[in-house]
Amino acid sequence: MALTRKDIEYIAHLARLEVHEDEIPAYTDKLGKIIGFIDALDAAETGDLLPMAHPLNMSQRLRPDVVTAADQRDVYQQNAAEKEGGLYIVPRVVE
Amino acid sequence: MAEQRHTLAEMARLLESGAISSRELTEASLARIEARDSELNAFITVTAETALAAADRADQQRAKGNAGPLTGIPIAQKDIFCTAGVATTCASRMLENFVSPYDATVVERLNAAGLISVGKTNMDEFAMGSSNETSYFGAVKNPWDPARSPGGSSGGSAAAVAAGLVPMATGTDTGGSVRQPAALCGITGFKPSYGRVSRYGMIAFASSLDQAGVLALTAEDAALITQLIAGFDERDSTCSDQPVPDYMAALASSVAGKKIGVPTEYFDGLDDNCAQAMHAAFDVYRQLGAEIIDVHLPNLPLAVPTYYVVSPAEASSNLSRFDGIRFGYRADGAEDIESLYKQTRSVGFGDEVKRRIMTGTYVLSAGYYDAYYLKAQKVRQLISNDMARCFEQVDIIAGPTTPTPAFRLGEKVDDPVQMYLNDIYTVSANLAGLPGISVPCGLVDGLPVGLQLIGPHFAEAAVLNFAHQYQLHSDWHKLLPGGTN
Repeated sequence: MALTRKDIEYIAHLARLEVHEDEIPAYTDKLGKIIGFIDALDAAETGDLLPMAHPLNMSQRLRPDVVTAADQRDVYQQNAAEKEGGLYIVPRVVE
Repeated sequence: MAEQRHTLAEMARLLESGAISSRELTEASLARIEARDSELNAFITVTAETALAAADRADQQRAKGNAGPLTGIPIAQKDIFCTAGVATTCASRMLENFVSPYDATVVERLNAAGLISVGKTNMDEFAMGSSNETSYFGAVKNPWDPARSPGGSSGGSAAAVAAGLVPMATGTDTGGSVRQPAALCGITGFKPSYGRVSRYGMIAFASSLDQAGVLALTAEDAALITQLIAGFDERDSTCSDQPVPDYMAALASSVAGKKIGVPTEYFDGLDDNCAQAMHAAFDVYRQLGAEIIDVHLPNLPLAVPTYYVVSPAEASSNLSRFDGIRFGYRADGAEDIESLYKQTRSVGFGDEVKRRIMTGTYVLSAGYYDAYYLKAQKVRQLISNDMARCFEQVDIIAGPTTPTPAFRLGEKVDDPVQMYLNDIYTVSANLAGLPGISVPCGLVDGLPVGLQLIGPHFAEAAVLNFAHQYQLHSDWHKLLPGGTN
């Protein structure tokens, strides 16, 4: 199916990606080809098969809800671009 | 070790006998990297200093009698595995400066066995690609012909092993990313069953498909490494707690009387010369007493479309964590949080990664979820059922790893669908969670091609056994790039 400029802009927004004007033709072309390719699934006879969510059809293993790891906030925050007093700094969200 | 390659098993014997030290092996590996890698581009990071220090420690351990069989052997890690204190980039601008605070389980276990990492290998960005051309750090060159792709996504690992820079490197296989580059570079690539090896610290691409694997020169070496990395890890909730059998002990079993299923669909449209190489490999198994039987995978043509719905859907979700706030690249000057997300992600990710995020977002979006994602999950079950039906008749499935030998760099990069079709023979094992291996089985136009063997769930021992028995009776895995022995 052919994708429109509006489709691309909408998908990009959902994916939190910026699409520049000059990138729109490449996206409509290449994504359109990919969607056309995966459209082959439409013809598959799947009857009442259940969707396969896990390659071994295993269920999720759970563990007791107890603390197992030490606090490593400072270590993990070493990779943050901006932080202060143990907090991540982001542009103002609430006025 | 100029133009000679040693396997892990050979290096272990040389170390054990005292014929060579870990420092000598590590220096030789680093010298090979120095000599060859400006051309190959197989490494993103080389850790010469820490590797040499570890080599000295390994030699001291051995002198004291405390060394394990593989202690002191230099290897490489795909740059998707987190390594404490050493950059882990996933070949992306997004993670160009990321240093993980911890080691991946695979890294931790190989370090614990005394193996020495000499560096991190190049790959397709976030493992999304079949040619290594999506790497932010540039494509890797195939040691057999630098104008050609080494395959992907573990192309750096494959090229490094094929060129004799290291005897073994880790890889990850989401849709063929260990087996396909192994085939195109003329080496052995092993992907265990889903859940066999912990994914902890392995940067996620598609979580229901991703599995760590091994790129090596022989199935025996793949068995040695799988023995170390397989097994339960409480830090990966999908990691299986099934006991790990003795893979080395299984290698010696005879394949006489065993049944090998060859899906007839594999040969529809396969290059004639590739098909001939496959038939020659089947003949080797016949001579060993195995029976070759036709089997059917009627839904094979749906495997790649299914994969390219499921994997981008999971990728779009997994990669939402890259927001410029907690780690990774962050765009400057964004005025609000949404602009920060969008600018960061648009600059930090490359084109193919963005295309997959867009595809995944589309197939998961309201109005399309049932038609694409849910449908693909049902077809995935269909494909898995086809494989299970084959294993009611045969012990192993055999066929080509790739439709052609290595293609030229630039040849498919502008057509994503052509690139995706490269994965036709490999994705089914991922969709069904099965173990698979690629072993060199011939040359086509002077370039290596791979024989793929796929086994039932958790039949790693059988897959390695079939591959090893073939390698005992063939020499293709010993060919050096260029075709010399």
